[in-house]
Amino acid sequence: MTTPFKTIAGLGTRVREGVSGLGAFMRLAGAILVRSGGAIRRPRLVSQQVHFIGNHSLLIIAVSGLFVGFVLGLQGYYTLSRYGSEEALGLLVALSLTRELGPVVTALLFAGRAGTSLTAEIGLMKAGEQLAAMEVMAVDPIRRVLVPRFWGGVIAMPVLAAVFSMVGVIGGWVVGVLLIGIDPGAFWSQMQEGVDVINDILNGFIKSVVFGIAVTLVALHAGWTARATPEGVSRATTRTVVHSSLLVLGLDFVMTALMFGN
Amino acid sequence: MTTAPPHDTILQFTDVALGYGDFTVLAGISIEARKGQVVALMGGSGSGKTTLLRAATAQIVAQRGRVTVFDQDIARLSGEALRQVRQRMGVLFQQGALFTDLNVFENVAFPLREHTRISESQVHERVLEKLDAVGLKAAAHLRISEISGGMARRVALARAIVLEPELILYDEPFAGLDPISLGITARLIRDLTDKLGCASVLITHDVIESFAIADQVYMVGQGKLIAQGSPSELSTSQDAYVRQFLDGEPDGPIAFHYPVSPAYTRWLEQRTGKRP
Repeated sequence: MTTPFKTIAGLGTRVREGVSGLGAFMRLAGAILVRSGGAIRRPRLVSQQVHFIGNHSLLIIAVSGLFVGFVLGLQGYYTLSRYGSEEALGLLVALSLTRELGPVVTALLFAGRAGTSLTAEIGLMKAGEQLAAMEVMAVDPIRRVLVPRFWGGVIAMPVLAAVFSMVGVIGGWVVGVLLIGIDPGAFWSQMQEGVDVINDILNGFIKSVVFGIAVTLVALHAGWTARATPEGVSRATTRTVVHSSLLVLGLDFVMTALMFGN
Repeated sequence: MTTAPPHDTILQFTDVALGYGDFTVLAGISIEARKGQVVALMGGSGSGKTTLLRAATAQIVAQRGRVTVFDQDIARLSGEALRQVRQRMGVLFQQGALFTDLNVFENVAFPLREHTRISESQVHERVLEKLDAVGLKAAAHLRISEISGGMARRVALARAIVLEPELILYDEPFAGLDPISLGITARLIRDLTDKLGCASVLITHDVIESFAIADQVYMVGQGKLIAQGSPSELSTSQDAYVRQFLDGEPDGPIAFHYPVSPAYTRWLEQRTGKRP
């Protein structure tokens, strides 16, 4: 008799926890945005984070971009050559990267590389009483720790996505032009002709900024709410990867529908 | 009837009860620290000493009673007013709580950079002066991961005093220090208090060093204030609690064993399937 009630009660608890978790997330996001004025007054704190978050992710982003470009070159050539349109390979590679793969794959890698390190750093600061110490020293930890990291992530993410797309195009060129032997003039001119600054590059840029905001907020929230134990920090870093990856893919679908759907 | 605190009282607890949630750790606590005084709060592990410090810094709110810092009821302060009060305090945390992304110099410089607008050369001078006082001037360039636990506590001490606050709270300042550093640190706390005219509150269970520098000692245990007085008064006290703590006797009113609770009994029943 009690089992259906227990199931409903369990479901209710999960929904309530989910809503309350979302509320806490939005409250923290709001607090970060409201306190962002300090970041403008102390740009050095943000630039340090751009360096820390961006520079350390650069290698993995560039290498991944190169391989994605290689694969796009191979697969694109295979499909296009069936219709005798090999010279459109440059366009295919560039559009795939700027519209979708650049922002999305960069955001997924960014979540794994920079997001986890942000979560672990904040979680360990909490475990080591560093955040409490800051508060007692009359320094707001949201303003001093979270805000610079948030803006660091938001600035670094589009730059990394641009690097990814750029290196990816070079990868496609290496495979298509150097290895397969497509006419380089056709490769570049088709790309120049077909890629639109507003529709493709700007929309890709907007996506990468939105992903940067989403991943960085998820990572900071996970660290901020982590239990102050080694196990708590490890769970929080896992949560960062799972939640931010799903969020990126979901947001990508919505934004693609809005930007490119009729 | 409540009596107004003397004007040189910096920290005062009046019949305070402290705890977490419904659980009360300490009750009926009345203590005060005045300008130029070193006050030692003593008690065994888990007696609630750190909880007292958390109440003084408004990290937790008293369940009952009143905590006043600089004549202001700390429970009523929030936002800017609380920040201003906290700027006048220095706190040495039990684990140091140094910022691991900054080096030794930057950790000590942190309060100066956040709360003052002094020039870089003045920051340099003041930070090295404080590091020199704790014997770590030449460690200024090291990362936090490169220094030992005892050194970390001395850096944390330098950070706590760099703004020359009016109230300094030390949570276990002597833990993990070698005998030489211990003696020097105790002397430093006394000298700072005399020089700055601040109030220093020490949370400790180190009897010898704290009795050597304290003006007033409060002993807590078993959820209440057990004894208070000057070190000489307590040294000659015949109170069983005081004697057991000071002499480190295994037997006496202070139990070595953690008390059996209903939660433990339930846990043991579940584990063994029978009552203990």
